Amino acid sequence: MKRVYVNEKWCLACHLCEYYCAFANSNEKDMVKALKDIVINPRIRVEQKDNISFAVSCRHCEEPLCVKGCITGALSIKDGVISVDQNKCVGCFTCILCCPYGAISPGDESVIQKCELCTNNIHGSPQCVKGCPNNAIVFEER
Amino acid sequence: MGINLLYPEYEVARNMDRCINCRVCERQCANEVHSYDKEKKIMCSDDSKCVNCHRCVALCPTRALKIVKTDHTFKENANWRGSIINEIYKQAESGAVLLSSMGNPNAYPVYFDKILLNASQVTNPSIDPLREPMETKVFLGSKPNSIQRDKDGKLVNNLSCGIELSVPIMFSAMSYGSISYNAHESLARAAREAGILYNTGEGGLHKDFYQYGSNTIVQVASGRFGVYKDYLEAGAAIEIKMGQGAKPGIGGHLPGTKIVGDISKTRMVPEGSDAISPAPHHDIYSIEDLRQLVYSLKESTNYTKPVIVKIAAVHNVAAIASGIARSGADIISIDGFRGGTGAAPTRIRDNVGIPIELALASVDQRLREEGIRDNVSVVVGGSIRNSSDIVKAIALGADCVYIGTAALIALGCHLCRSCHTGKCNWGIATQEPELVKRLNPDMGYKRLVNLVSAWKHEIKEMMGGMGINSIESLRGNRLMLRGVGLNEKELQILGIKHAGE
Repeated sequence: MKRVYVNEKWCLACHLCEYYCAFANSNEKDMVKALKDIVINPRIRVEQKDNISFAVSCRHCEEPLCVKGCITGALSIKDGVISVDQNKCVGCFTCILCCPYGAISPGDESVIQKCELCTNNIHGSPQCVKGCPNNAIVFEER
Repeated sequence: MGINLLYPEYEVARNMDRCINCRVCERQCANEVHSYDKEKKIMCSDDSKCVNCHRCVALCPTRALKIVKTDHTFKENANWRGSIINEIYKQAESGAVLLSSMGNPNAYPVYFDKILLNASQVTNPSIDPLREPMETKVFLGSKPNSIQRDKDGKLVNNLSCGIELSVPIMFSAMSYGSISYNAHESLARAAREAGILYNTGEGGLHKDFYQYGSNTIVQVASGRFGVYKDYLEAGAAIEIKMGQGAKPGIGGHLPGTKIVGDISKTRMVPEGSDAISPAPHHDIYSIEDLRQLVYSLKESTNYTKPVIVKIAAVHNVAAIASGIARSGADIISIDGFRGGTGAAPTRIRDNVGIPIELALASVDQRLREEGIRDNVSVVVGGSIRNSSDIVKAIALGADCVYIGTAALIALGCHLCRSCHTGKCNWGIATQEPELVKRLNPDMGYKRLVNLVSAWKHEIKEMMGGMGINSIESLRGNRLMLRGVGLNEKELQILGIKHAGE
């Protein structure tokens, strides 16, 4: 299955992935309209310390702890992509505690949010990958 | 410091309606032009630090940025132009020689732009390269004067060692040190993929790049940095650098601050000490001396590598080339006055040397007249900007061209001409690890390969139009060229007719 992988060697800590993520999940067509005057809450985050940086988003684990921990079955895995059913989520945040990567976070308009590889928005393919200027984030089979 | 007399040359124009405060401009500018004002919640810029490299413009996700040339002006004066006044202010402040990067930017004539190509009509059919074979392969090196046959009448291979290229393009000498590791890796990988050669420049060959040896020209220059047996044996050819188009008569100077880590090892220069390439080779004061170096390099590589002698295009270039053709060199490389550099004194770069078109035409003519044209191949560089420049250069008599600036532009260079500051925002002319990593060779090499293959297609199209199906038939074919707006003397030197003749 194709997954989003990061290569810290090429990450420039420019944080553009975060903005392309926030834009993609706004489902707006104009980035300015989507992101002007707001503080973004993206599903991918650049971790950095000193000269090392890399972007972290959901790994879509083969044995996902978040899905195992979910008390209502809101998190499920289908064709390798872990997605959230917002109608079932009760906001217990067990998944946020379970995820070893810190890739699940409280959402702005939903209870929780996580990377669903842009399958849940108008784009259909990961926009962080498309927007990365240095191929530090790739979407590939490994 | 008293009054600052310099007004910033560029202004950062930020469309506040489009700026989303993502701060990518701030994070990506090594010159620290951009900053975020937390109280006002807006991005600000300090125009005086901007070098107009477009890194922020290219990465701004909402296209909120552009750089404009300031319309602030001096009182108009055709003699004392603003740039000249500013240079005096700079020198009065610093007391130093002015430094510049990349090629001569001044408005001297570009002869390539005053030469037009021929095409076939009616009486001689043009060739469609998509349907018919078209040869762009070239062989560089000295060619035998006669055909030899053995006693059975079979041909004897009396070719000397040479270079085979899939297209008459090579990446010109840019040292590891003047450009980054990633830029070098991009060039090396692209050369292998495209079936051409790149050139180490006078910086030695990093141990990681020995694997690209068969696509490498190793350079021996006046400082002899990084030269030893394995280095000479690693490449496909050896180039002796006598001069550089951007700074004829001038040596090089890589400051000690840049001689760190791998660069120190590769150049074989102690860390922190300046790497100074003298202006002349201290063992070469005549063609006979040059011959000695040519043959010592050949001897040390067992006569398996062709030797290139690179010179800058200067006033008596034809006579110099004639001497080189008799020195035992296999290839002469001529660098025109528009050739690039990582750093050169501004006055030298802008005022010394001659245009490559004129130098090439006069060298080719001189070598033909003396019957020694086949002794050597001629490679020209010094601002080959596109495939039509290549076709024109070959029709003027070149065997192949060197591209340096064009290759860097393919890697992202925006010709901001600030290489000498060492803070290249595109990761090319810098050694700062945080900037070097901005050039991912996986992306860079593909862009170079794309450029070369695009030019190859265009060369074929232009040759096909002329009814020529091989580079060999185009070389020195000056009947395919016509000048526009050139005077009698220029046409005579170029050896071409005026359009309409």
